[in-house]
Amino acid sequence: MNRIAPSLTGAPRTIVMGAVLTVVAIAATFGLDPYRNFQLATIVAYFCAVAGLTLLVGLTGQLSLGHAALMAVGGYAYALTASLATDMGLDGLPRFLLGMAGAIAASTLHGLLLGLAGARLHGPYLAGLTLGIAIALPAVTAQFSGVLGGDQGLRIDRDDVPAVLSRLIVVEQWQAWVAIMIAGVVVTGLAAVRRSSLGLRMRAVRDDETAARLSGVPAGRVKVVAFTLSSVAAGAGGAALCFVTQSVSPGAYTLAFSLLLVVAAVVGGLGSIGGAALGAALIVMLPWLVATLTDLVDMPAELEQRLSGNLGLLVFGALLIIVMLARPGGLAGLRRGRRTRRTSAEDPTPPSGPDAVAATSPTGATAADPAPASALREMPANDQPRTPQTVLQSPTERER
Amino acid sequence: MDHLLFLIATGLARGAIFALFALSLVLIWRAARIINFAQGAMALVATYAAFAVTGMTGSYWAGLGAGILAGAAIGLGVERGLMRFTRDSHPLAGIIVAIGLVMVLQALLGIFFGQQHRPMHTPFSDSPLTVGGVPLLSPYDIFVLVVALAVMGGLALLFNRTSMGLQLRASAFSPEVSRVLGVRVSLMVTVGWMLSAAVAALAAMLLVPTELGLNPHSTDVLFVYAFTVAVVGGLDSPVGALLGGLVVGVAMTLVTGYLGATFAPIGVLVLLVVVLLVKPGGIFSMREARSA
Repeated sequence: MNRIAPSLTGAPRTIVMGAVLTVVAIAATFGLDPYRNFQLATIVAYFCAVAGLTLLVGLTGQLSLGHAALMAVGGYAYALTASLATDMGLDGLPRFLLGMAGAIAASTLHGLLLGLAGARLHGPYLAGLTLGIAIALPAVTAQFSGVLGGDQGLRIDRDDVPAVLSRLIVVEQWQAWVAIMIAGVVVTGLAAVRRSSLGLRMRAVRDDETAARLSGVPAGRVKVVAFTLSSVAAGAGGAALCFVTQSVSPGAYTLAFSLLLVVAAVVGGLGSIGGAALGAALIVMLPWLVATLTDLVDMPAELEQRLSGNLGLLVFGALLIIVMLARPGGLAGLRRGRRTRRTSAEDPTPPSGPDAVAATSPTGATAADPAPASALREMPANDQPRTPQTVLQSPTERER
Repeated sequence: MDHLLFLIATGLARGAIFALFALSLVLIWRAARIINFAQGAMALVATYAAFAVTGMTGSYWAGLGAGILAGAAIGLGVERGLMRFTRDSHPLAGIIVAIGLVMVLQALLGIFFGQQHRPMHTPFSDSPLTVGGVPLLSPYDIFVLVVALAVMGGLALLFNRTSMGLQLRASAFSPEVSRVLGVRVSLMVTVGWMLSAAVAALAAMLLVPTELGLNPHSTDVLFVYAFTVAVVGGLDSPVGALLGGLVVGVAMTLVTGYLGATFAPIGVLVLLVVVLLVKPGGIFSMREARSA
């Protein structure tokens, strides 16, 4: 990534990259049939939530087992505000924007409340608290069935393709576009936070809370902000999913789904946005793949019924254990690990460490001679506020 | 008034089970500084073993014994096979591996036994006895209370009066010093896991007959309740687990009795949030702050 336009740095670089990837993803929808576009829209909606989760776990070391419930908060808020907008006679873009605003507001509020309850606590307590939320969701929807529709959940009207585009694309593709645009905005925001000084403070709190406090980092506030951001990302993902499926119900946001989001974040690589995309694709495609494979094998109906669903769960659970024990960096870490190995194999005595390369200006290094340029190419993806970040990151890198 | 008395009595019996399960979480916490999120699924596997043995022999007691042994064996396997390797890696590795284990165990149970609820029978009648015209505890509730209190008493004796208990406490309190003094710390951690898993299996076997029946998700809610109990009581305190269990059991039965069964999980969540916000160290814990 760093080979492309090295002069573009900082937040503008993140935004440009996000915009480019969004356009690429939208272009890719032309190559897919309607069902694949629906799958893509689902993956993208999950991607929002997984990116929020991976940021929370990877950067602040807080684990949430209730992100599906936070997605449900966004989904329900979207459905409620969108129906309200329909009653007010709104349609199309205004209704969508109002729905999204409702979803963001509701998930911010929930994230803030839970973050406040969980901020003073370490990993297992927040995990238990969020687990309780995942378990309580069906009870909440049943208790307030007048508003939330009980087990049936809520249904909303379908947004049709705008008239300008209606000759060009079908509705599934339009939904994929909307989901991609939501994810583009949300994930670009998360990526910018990850590289900002707030991201640095989050890592500081994760690695050593006492040391961070001594350096003047308000650890509690950083944790609450991180949880809230993560909750907003999950809520936006839930709203996108609600837009795509036109429905939201407790059955779609079970505890099992919450755990699946954790699988996606861990297998993709904790803290890595690209890994989150891979993980989201994995949790959508793998069950489909397993179902397709079991269809090929001829077996009695009862066994097939028992295997459906459970086989996918088995594979996910096993993946989670194996990745956590053998490769805590996940898929993203795998790529990074191979890169560093290759660098040292190609060049047994590197002229200078990556830190030194970063200390010199990138353009200057390229102008000097080709050797530092190749070292620059092998640098890991996170580049900008380099020196302090490396200092804080090094303990965890050693841990792995 | 009669209804209230009945609910309180039932709540005590239900609370004893929560307390027992929470105690099993406290045992692992004290031995290994891990909250075992797979405790529910592990106990459930032991309950399926008990169910199978009862089905084969026709004896409830054979099933109960087999379930407890199976629980200890699972604890041994999980500690030696998985959790031992999580200690030096990522700080959240213990929780994440436990979640993976939950998924694997629930999937395997689903594949081998199916998703349907299988009714389990109680050794004693579960219709309440009437005392002075007021329906109170059923014989099964009394059995549950007696077993729970006996197990807790036994564990208290084990930890406070035996050499093994002293070694267990020492290796939990200060592993390095204990090792220097000749305590086999890693063996003690394994023993802690086996004890804990066996107690959890017993709690699950006591609870399941009073619920809908045996199903791969029977213990999900039990785990959340027990976690709440452990947090309310303070994770380091077995006495806190007992008192917390009784408090949560009675509170939940009252909520269910007066506000409806769907309200119970919300009640637990509210209790958990309030305790975490107001007194994160647990109501019965003396310690100021909690450091995991």
